[in-house]
Amino acid sequence: MRTTAELLLLLVVLTDLAVLGTSRLRTCIRAVAAQGLLLGLLPLALASQVTVHIAGLAAGTVLVKAVVLPWFLLWAIREAAVRREVEPVVGFIASLLLGALALALAFAIAGRLPASDVREPLLIPAALATVMMGLIVLTTRRKALTQVVGYLMLENGIYLFGLTQTESVPFLLEVGVLLDIFAGVFIMGIVVFHINREFDSLDSARLSELKD
Amino acid sequence: MIRAHVGSSLAALAVLFAIAPALSGVVVRTKSAFAGRRGAPVGQLYRDLFKLLRKGTVYSTTTTWVFRAAPVVVLASLTAACLLLPLDGEASLVQFSGDLIAFAGLLALGRFALVLAGLDTGSSFEGMGASREVTVSSFAEPVLFLGFLGLVLATRGLTLSAMLGPALTGAWAHQTASLALVTLAFFVLLLAENSRVPVDDPATHLELTMIHEVIVLDHSGPDLAVILYASALKLALFAALIVEVTVPRDGLGLAWSLAAFVGGLLVVAVAVGVVESVMARLRLNRVPQLIVGAGALALFGLILLLR
Repeated sequence: MRTTAELLLLLVVLTDLAVLGTSRLRTCIRAVAAQGLLLGLLPLALASQVTVHIAGLAAGTVLVKAVVLPWFLLWAIREAAVRREVEPVVGFIASLLLGALALALAFAIAGRLPASDVREPLLIPAALATVMMGLIVLTTRRKALTQVVGYLMLENGIYLFGLTQTESVPFLLEVGVLLDIFAGVFIMGIVVFHINREFDSLDSARLSELKD
Repeated sequence: MIRAHVGSSLAALAVLFAIAPALSGVVVRTKSAFAGRRGAPVGQLYRDLFKLLRKGTVYSTTTTWVFRAAPVVVLASLTAACLLLPLDGEASLVQFSGDLIAFAGLLALGRFALVLAGLDTGSSFEGMGASREVTVSSFAEPVLFLGFLGLVLATRGLTLSAMLGPALTGAWAHQTASLALVTLAFFVLLLAENSRVPVDDPATHLELTMIHEVIVLDHSGPDLAVILYASALKLALFAALIVEVTVPRDGLGLAWSLAAFVGGLLVVAVAVGVVESVMARLRLNRVPQLIVGAGALALFGLILLLR
């Protein structure tokens, strides 16, 4: 391992694969929490010197992505009494293979992007891969809670992209984005809760059935 | 090409053959330690083999020569596969360009003979085990090739000796992440190919869930001894593969090299025992998921190398 940042980025991709390959919601949420922690440590590892701005960003990310949101999601699965993603639209093996394909695609695309002269060459492929795998989870799982996990992964990928520009983006903007996700997941949580109360299940496919 | 300088390779090969049954014993001992039992002695399998060798063999009237040939073919193919690995950490006894494919082919040949023998008995129970064995290995073989491909790219060598020999030391310095991922994939492969716990439970006899044990149900006496020894050798072979990847040993003297080799094998056996103690066996339809997951890891390592 050449740098700590590289190790962190590799672990981020491994957590992506873990979410794709597991059927237990609890494991999914733990993996996303671990990913949040890794993302929080990344700005510290990437920075040449740690400023208040970067330390604040790291602390905020860890707090929101690794503590508050996973805790909220774990609370939601306890309330809704769901444990497993039973029948995803695309099976687990197929989604792992799709994930591997997304990974290959991410590395292929990242080599061609004009912005590839950042300090950490793995940053852009890892960001692209996380976005794509988040999209796979978001679109192919049935349970509303797994879809929230997919949304979080998608957002984590965008955050990784943002890290290429940490020195030029104002702190307030980043805090705003964090607040956005927090609000987003909160609203999703409430929606999930209502789906559960209405249908006695978290299967989002039920939402497409017509009813009086 | 046969290697001219064979002394150290032969010594390493002899060590592998001698220690193979003890590795299963170490796995059992580790499991016992976790469960708070004393466990069978490490050398139990040697005694079992000796006992079986003194017994007579019983053949069912439905079986043909296929059934009788299986133990010999299994052991011979595994022995040939051992010859291809550079067990002394420098070069193997037999090497030629592309011998990694021969290695996978020899493993497949042994499996094929065993599966045919299972089908030859005409028992539906053994047929079921045969079908499971083939299912698992059809997922496992692509992973083996993905891992080998990663090693080929990391070392630019097309023989097992070049891939696992001195060039690997330099590769670890630059490609740590990829090689670690390949090692992890090989470890999952070891569990799957040897029917260890998350895939199959080697401690169960006569259960509907088992894979490997069921195929050899009709073998007895010296035939069973040969098959038991061959499965111990297969475990040792995969453990040796992992040791070769993780512990570069070029430049050490023969004695130190062999000591590192044996130490590595024991560490792998203990790791298998730990996995068996802390994990439950996966449901059969979940097994491909595990192996494909290992494949995804190997592929990730490969992509990192291609970058």
